[in-house]
Amino acid sequence: MTFAHADLRRMYRTMLLIRRFEEQAVAFFLSGELRGSLHPCIGQEATAVGAVFPLRTDDYLTCTYRGHGQAIAKGLNPKEGMAELLGRRTGCSQGLGGSMHYTDLSVGLLGENAIVGAGAPIAVGAALRAKLDKTGQIAMSIFGDGAINQGALLEAFNLAAAWQAPVIFFCENNLYSEMTPISSMVGTATLAERAAGFGWTTMTVDGYDPIAVYETTSQAVEHARSGRGPVFIEAMTYRLFGHMVGDTEPYRSKEEVAQWRAKDPITAFPQRLIDEYGFNQAEIDAIKAEVEAEIEEIKRFALESPWPDVSEIAEHMFA
Amino acid sequence: MRELTYSKALREALTEEMARNPDILLLGEDIGVYGGVFKVTEGLLDRFGPERVIETPISEAGFVGASVGLAMTGKHPVVELMFMDFAYVAADSIFNQAAKMRYMSGGRAHVPLLIRTQQGGGRGNAAQHSQSLETFFTHIPGLKVVLPSTPYDAKGLLKSALRDPNPVVFIEHKLLYNTKGPVPEEEYFVPLGQADVKRTGKDATVVSWSRTVLHALEAAELAAREGIDVEVIDLRCTVPLDINTVLTSVKKTGRLVVAHEAHRRAGVGAEIASLVQERAFDYLDAPIERVGAMDIPIPYSKPLEDEALPGVQHIVRAIKRAAYA
Ligand SMILES: Cc1ncc(C[n+]2csc(CCOP(=O)(O)OP(=O)(O)O)c2C)c(N)n1
Ligand SMILES: [Mg+2]
Repeated sequence: MTFAHADLRRMYRTMLLIRRFEEQAVAFFLSGELRGSLHPCIGQEATAVGAVFPLRTDDYLTCTYRGHGQAIAKGLNPKEGMAELLGRRTGCSQGLGGSMHYTDLSVGLLGENAIVGAGAPIAVGAALRAKLDKTGQIAMSIFGDGAINQGALLEAFNLAAAWQAPVIFFCENNLYSEMTPISSMVGTATLAERAAGFGWTTMTVDGYDPIAVYETTSQAVEHARSGRGPVFIEAMTYRLFGHMVGDTEPYRSKEEVAQWRAKDPITAFPQRLIDEYGFNQAEIDAIKAEVEAEIEEIKRFALESPWPDVSEIAEHMFA
Repeated sequence: MRELTYSKALREALTEEMARNPDILLLGEDIGVYGGVFKVTEGLLDRFGPERVIETPISEAGFVGASVGLAMTGKHPVVELMFMDFAYVAADSIFNQAAKMRYMSGGRAHVPLLIRTQQGGGRGNAAQHSQSLETFFTHIPGLKVVLPSTPYDAKGLLKSALRDPNPVVFIEHKLLYNTKGPVPEEEYFVPLGQADVKRTGKDATVVSWSRTVLHALEAAELAAREGIDVEVIDLRCTVPLDINTVLTSVKKTGRLVVAHEAHRRAGVGAEIASLVQERAFDYLDAPIERVGAMDIPIPYSKPLEDEALPGVQHIVRAIKRAAYA
């Protein structure tokens, strides 16, 4: 694939924005402004951008509690995202959902989810609707390696295959499901091997390479949109942060983390843009400055936003 | 007496019973190396090995179902459901299989299965990680349901539950794990189905369980300042339900408040209110008050979550309504 300069710029800028957004969220968690649990996607920005950018705004997406980056890549306003984390009325879910439940129908985001595997059948339903109504839309469900052992997800796989639904199942294999190595919880070497049995197209990609993820996903999008059925993608990735804030990480070694950190796409990608795609350092620095300014603005917006009004607590129960 | 945290008390019960009964196995997500996300099973993998502390994939329907099979064939599995909210994922294995197996087999099949889980809100975990679901388990026949409020009860009830040959749902509270209380060094048991009077009083009775007992005790102190002497009963189990202890108290005080963190609508509070009016109607001097979570999914934002969940003040207001009715 050939990439326009502006597209590459946008990819890097969004990846960096996601990284800085997540770091700010962690800071808010540590200072007590953000409550509950927080599962940063730090280290997984290349899959967020590479998987979601090939989608149209009206395509559907379901993701997990680790989905802030994917939601932002899909078009969710990061200011509303941060305000949601602080439980404010201006948040994307008016403070009702918090970190694990970002939802924004205006950009096709049918929701993060706090139940492992639960987003997959919802995406299949959205894809079936698009197929029945011949809208040309597709759906994507992003989930982790651990979700591959959840019944609802496996049922969704087969539904998609049986219905030839235009859906992409995008598995971010970051080697661990919470604190458990996925290798100890499945009988195959790769998850793509398991998925192959459903009778559809499977693909595997290096999830630390945003260009490769973008290219692979673009093929999958073309496949699904042209009516050739569902696609499963396994992207190999790694989180550079704990499962959640507070994770003591006894299950992985410092060396392992360091090995992946050396390949961190947030530093590797801009270098590659310079080396292979005609960017110069000044442009990279300008993007960094832009992102810093945007993060300041996001922070300010969230902190200055009003709290929800308690009198409206039950307003959204029924239509 | 020495003081232990609720989680340490639970771990002691598991350790003692596992040492005594080689058929007890633990199953669950991240319970081994990590010791469980709430650290209750910390150290048990080292002590008992991977054949007794079995790490599972994220397959709740599967591993609860498999535990029914383990139980029917001679083991005593203890399954950890990391959050109560995931019980829905395992619902068939729990409600159609574990709960009914003994009855459907004419008493031939035994299912000594213990499901340990934790529930409750107050931490900003939002709608899918903050629910209190004892009502479901209480409603479906075939399960014993235990909800300890103190470290002492946690240990004593868990030990009894591990000697019970039936499916038991043992419901901890995420905000109780770090609470401390006296726990004797010597072995003891708290029988299932026996309520505990945690504070005696003569003017009104508050029945509660799990973390809400702590709120009820605080509310009782506040009410005392206004001259209302409140008796607080910790039900400890919703199945078997010790209604006699409640009736004895109500016959003394004439006023009843039932307080729980589960949703108010059709909650266990409604069951207790109904039993009391059936059996002690003539003793009641005021309508029975029910305190529970609002009938909405638990919201994330702090001011909303505080409003949605029953706190000390909600119970104080209910006590006053009952007392001044
Ligand atoms: C049904 C269900 N079971 C268990 C959990 C608790 N839990 C939250 S995240 C997680 C691990 C998921 O791992 P994976 O799918 O690999 O996603 P990752 O967190 O690595 O992105 C677990 C077990 C849950 N949220 N839902
Ligand atoms: Mg994972």
